[in-house]
Amino acid sequence: MHLSARQTRIAGRHVANEPLWLRILLIGISGIVVTVLIIVPLVYVFVQAFGNGPAAWWAQLVKDRDTQHSIFLTVVLAPVAVLLNTIFGLAAAWTLTKFRFRGRVLLLTLLDLPFAVSPVVAGLCILLVYGMQGFLGPTLREWGMPVVFSWPGLLMATTFVTMPFVARELIPLMESLGSDEELAAVSLGASRWQLFWRITLPNIKWGLLFGIIQCHARAIGEFGAVKVVSGGIGGQTDTMPLRVEKLFQEYNNPGSYAVASVLTLMALATLAARILLERWTEYQLAAMSEEKEG
Amino acid sequence: MKRFSLVALFSFVTLIGCSSESNSTAPEGTPSVELLNVSYDPTRELWKDINAEFEKVAVAQTGKAVTIKQSHGASGSQARAVIDGLDADVVSLALWSDTEQLHKKGLLKDGWIDAFPNRSLPYTSTIVFVVRKGNPKGVKEWADLVRNDIQVITPNPKTSGNGKLAFLAAWGSVLKNGGTEEDARKYITQLYKQVPVLDTGARGATTTFAQKGIGDVHLTWENEAHLEIKEANGELDLIYPSQSILAEPHVALVDQVVDRKGTRDVVKKYLEFLYTPEGQAIIAKHFYRPTDAKVLEAHKASFPDLKLFPVTDVCGGWDEAQTTFFADGGEFDRIYEGGQNK
Repeated sequence: MHLSARQTRIAGRHVANEPLWLRILLIGISGIVVTVLIIVPLVYVFVQAFGNGPAAWWAQLVKDRDTQHSIFLTVVLAPVAVLLNTIFGLAAAWTLTKFRFRGRVLLLTLLDLPFAVSPVVAGLCILLVYGMQGFLGPTLREWGMPVVFSWPGLLMATTFVTMPFVARELIPLMESLGSDEELAAVSLGASRWQLFWRITLPNIKWGLLFGIIQCHARAIGEFGAVKVVSGGIGGQTDTMPLRVEKLFQEYNNPGSYAVASVLTLMALATLAARILLERWTEYQLAAMSEEKEG
Repeated sequence: MKRFSLVALFSFVTLIGCSSESNSTAPEGTPSVELLNVSYDPTRELWKDINAEFEKVAVAQTGKAVTIKQSHGASGSQARAVIDGLDADVVSLALWSDTEQLHKKGLLKDGWIDAFPNRSLPYTSTIVFVVRKGNPKGVKEWADLVRNDIQVITPNPKTSGNGKLAFLAAWGSVLKNGGTEEDARKYITQLYKQVPVLDTGARGATTTFAQKGIGDVHLTWENEAHLEIKEANGELDLIYPSQSILAEPHVALVDQVVDRKGTRDVVKKYLEFLYTPEGQAIIAKHFYRPTDAKVLEAHKASFPDLKLFPVTDVCGGWDEAQTTFFADGGEFDRIYEGGQNK
């Protein structure tokens, strides 16, 4: 996926052969769609958020305790979910590319389930299993560790919906890399950890980072699954996306847009990181192939 | 990245542990307690005010620094969440049937309705009409709602208290004018054909009507109507039909939760505060009809007289309303599916 920029460029050469009117039409259509669906709403969020000046915007974010808490919750929950998914993604990709075993295809398919299932359904499943009506809820309550309507449930929901990102990024990459280098390392006496840290990780680091960035972007913005297990307790289980909705419903448009603008800024930062990363890997690959040719 | 995540995890666990600090002005060393009030959709502003007032007087009354958290949503969904384990010390739901749901599941003790004065009703309310500025479509009565040039906004009766009450008020208005049950069914079927969007909760419906500008009439809580109109800066008007339903949003202490958390005494004081003149005045200020006759008299101008009929005038009571009208396969499902297919 980190080669996508280059792929588009190759595809671009093909389009150049199409008649002029078709090119203008297609470019026009995509231009309109992007403007109407992306640029206008995006600009509007910032216009609304900063309409009364940056000081008012800042005040909206810091003067409200519930808003403050929602920012704190999201900024902390998302990285934890990403960490869990990074560990899981590495383990899954390793298992699926290095070993051939019965049920491998099934596991590969299941890995995509969080993308296929609606987040609301995911949230409901967590509620049904870990809620007081579910089979684990009463036990967890007795142990004093309720999952739903508190942060473990939020973490669980976020982790679930963002689960495939890292693994999906790594599996094709590790498959294409093959195991020649690793076999060489093993034949030279490398231990398993040495193998991982010195051979595998350096080879997959950009793909891994790319997966992490995407995973993080999705984790910050998750709404549906989190909404179901949150219980909407102000200043306790409201994440930023939930807070945006709540403020909007409470007629607090400036507050709502302020939080929305922060979410958008986080997303834009992710996008920027992605582009930089794409450029960087492209540059690296080019340098590598030059080296080989020279 | 990974190191950052570890740091985040660590700070997360620590901060979650100590994030329940109180904002009241209690002297140091006062034990603190945190309550959760799970309520229906439009009461956000009411409880925010009441909680702030009670938090001020709580130290003197209970010897504890009290912080009250709120959760709002469609009444039926909120009841469901408490049953699923949302740790509510207090429930203040829109309908008796939603609160009774918790009693049936064993979260409330028998006789919960008499645990507080006035059948646990610190206030009552009703369903009124909100229309566009100047009432361009001339909507005055329930009968006007089924004119074919009118679009009605009301939330889903399956999930929302507002939705159920609006349904029953509409149905009852036909019976009250001497109509038969068949007339009522015909009227309701036509009415819901003219509902373009069914939101889950009251606040969602308000957003649809006031902010998205969909529909000609919004059937909503009296209190919500006042707030909606205030926020609309003169773009909306309030219309009182000659009669409507008497809404009784009970408050209740959730026995199972307060006994586990040991918050019973504080919660009792909290709910009793609602019946004090101060509590009743805040209630009236937010356009809920106070049950204290004196306070109601003092705010008479805010509450025009209209005939309020109880649910028992529409059907046998809430249990019956639930099974005949709102349960799966009930009256509402039949008319709504029928109406949508045509």
